[in-house]
Amino acid sequence: MTNLHLLQVKNEVKFDATRNGFGRGLVKAGEQNEHVVALCADLTGSIKMDGFQKAFPERFIEIGIAEQNLATVGAGLALAGKVPFVASYAAFSPGRNWEQIKTTACLNEVPVKVVGGHAGLYTGPDGATHQMLEDIALMRVMPGMVVLCPCDAVEAEKMVLAMAADPRPNYIRLSREATPVITSLQTPFEIGKAYVFSPGKDVTILATGMMTVPALEAAEKLYKEGIDAEVVHVPTIKPLDTVTILKSVRKTRCVVTVEEAQIIGGLGGAIAELTAENYPVPLKRIGMQDCYGESGTPEELLKHFGLDANHIRLAAHHVIELKK
Amino acid sequence: MGTYTLKQLEEKANTIREDLIRMLEHAGSGHSAGPLGLADIFTALYFDIMKHDPKNPDWEERDVLFLSNGHCVPVRYATMAEAGYLPKSELLTLRKFGSRLQGHPERLRLPGLENTSGPLGCGLSQACGMALAFRLDKQAHRHIYVVMGDGELNEGNVWEAAMLAPKYNLTAITAIVDRNNIQIDGPTEQVMPLEDLKGKWESFGWHVLEIDGNDIEAVIDACAMAKAITEKPVCILAYTVPGKGVDFMEYDFHWHGVPPNHEQAREALHELRTLGGKIRSEHE
Repeated sequence: MTNLHLLQVKNEVKFDATRNGFGRGLVKAGEQNEHVVALCADLTGSIKMDGFQKAFPERFIEIGIAEQNLATVGAGLALAGKVPFVASYAAFSPGRNWEQIKTTACLNEVPVKVVGGHAGLYTGPDGATHQMLEDIALMRVMPGMVVLCPCDAVEAEKMVLAMAADPRPNYIRLSREATPVITSLQTPFEIGKAYVFSPGKDVTILATGMMTVPALEAAEKLYKEGIDAEVVHVPTIKPLDTVTILKSVRKTRCVVTVEEAQIIGGLGGAIAELTAENYPVPLKRIGMQDCYGESGTPEELLKHFGLDANHIRLAAHHVIELKK
Repeated sequence: MGTYTLKQLEEKANTIREDLIRMLEHAGSGHSAGPLGLADIFTALYFDIMKHDPKNPDWEERDVLFLSNGHCVPVRYATMAEAGYLPKSELLTLRKFGSRLQGHPERLRLPGLENTSGPLGCGLSQACGMALAFRLDKQAHRHIYVVMGDGELNEGNVWEAAMLAPKYNLTAITAIVDRNNIQIDGPTEQVMPLEDLKGKWESFGWHVLEIDGNDIEAVIDACAMAKAITEKPVCILAYTVPGKGVDFMEYDFHWHGVPPNHEQAREALHELRTLGGKIRSEHE
């Protein structure tokens, strides 16, 4: 139970939003690589691109509220050798400009870095139009795209630096709310790797993004109930770390997936495909069950849509029961 | 005037049209009207206006041509073959399995293509991005041409880019609109009226030039003028005849998205070879 101590002292855990980590990482990436440029669709402060804008005003491009142009101007910069981070809310980018990303970034094979802010139920009071829940599925289905989903601000910062060095088109999913920081500068991060955050043998809980914290909380509850759950954090949803994931699944022989997104096409979909083809085991997908959100606080919404630690705990019991 | 005389350029345009007819007939699918109408503009760009090197397609000092309306790519392939980027024999592989000449262009399949396109409305934006990059890299001497269709201007993406280019005064860009007045469903002014098109571009902050897009000399002069104008980016509204050079195709929107069959191709080639006896004899 290596990392659970972090949660047991949760009151002392620092809270920070992944968008802040992104903002800090982008400034660092800009310092390290003069070809890094940033484009924003009228949400510079909100997406935390303002630090980059201040540090490198000539490398910041304000696109206005025009997400199709955001992606395609970014592609043009990338064609000329730049590394463009193109940012908006995930609801609008990649929500509105999917085809532009496909044609001008992926088919063109240029390293456009799509930054989707304010994703998921954590966008709370803004309601269903702004709670982007389909972004993982939209980006995952696109050949050539790398899909990243950090669990905290520190990981988001590391992710940005990895993205700047990656030659492929990437998508990073960010959240507005400050959430517990559970990783440190020493925690490893590499694109394409999943990480066992809490080893166990009875059930594998695969979580991504904001849901890794409740997954760890669920493991703690399960431990008290005599169940030894293995929590694997999956920050890269594509390409999946099939080695780490299948190793865990072969050991525990049942899986719960947890994400703050549609289970259809999301992490849940990806893991169902992977296990069905390689090592079929009982599986339960926690996430949005083919429906839209609504206004409310993140806590109210997560509870209502079954995305909290208690639902993860129940799902773990369910799949353990199924494998008997 | 550059390396070629006007007469030589006109002959090249006619050769490109003949190649287009053969390619489209052989492919059995594809777009006829647009590529034929654009042959003069592409001839002018590749054989007079643009700085480029067919032997070194990635030459770092080259001018860049974005073809935004990717369905017109046969004219680019035919012109590139005429310029020496690829063997002429390869033109007949258009739209065939395994060909570098995809139905809509894919950048990495064929050296010399600058962008992947087909879904409309993305070329001008990519040109804006490249112009911004050239400015950062102090490569302002490189020029960027964008060829767009007029039907394509229905796309909102175009106008998002049309707003951005004047904001950043991206005068490295010359936008060329192929104003042939047709799109798949019919005349542009019936499908989705574009006029006052000059007024639209001007109100977005562009300097607009209007030319006969089938007059090679006019295309060359307009592009020279566009490069000299540094107060605003320039949009050339190039009025072209869709299906130009083939009488039964000219002005007929039904030829937007279909190729000629064998008989029609024979008739078209006969017409192109003779062309009023002005360019060359059929028996040459």
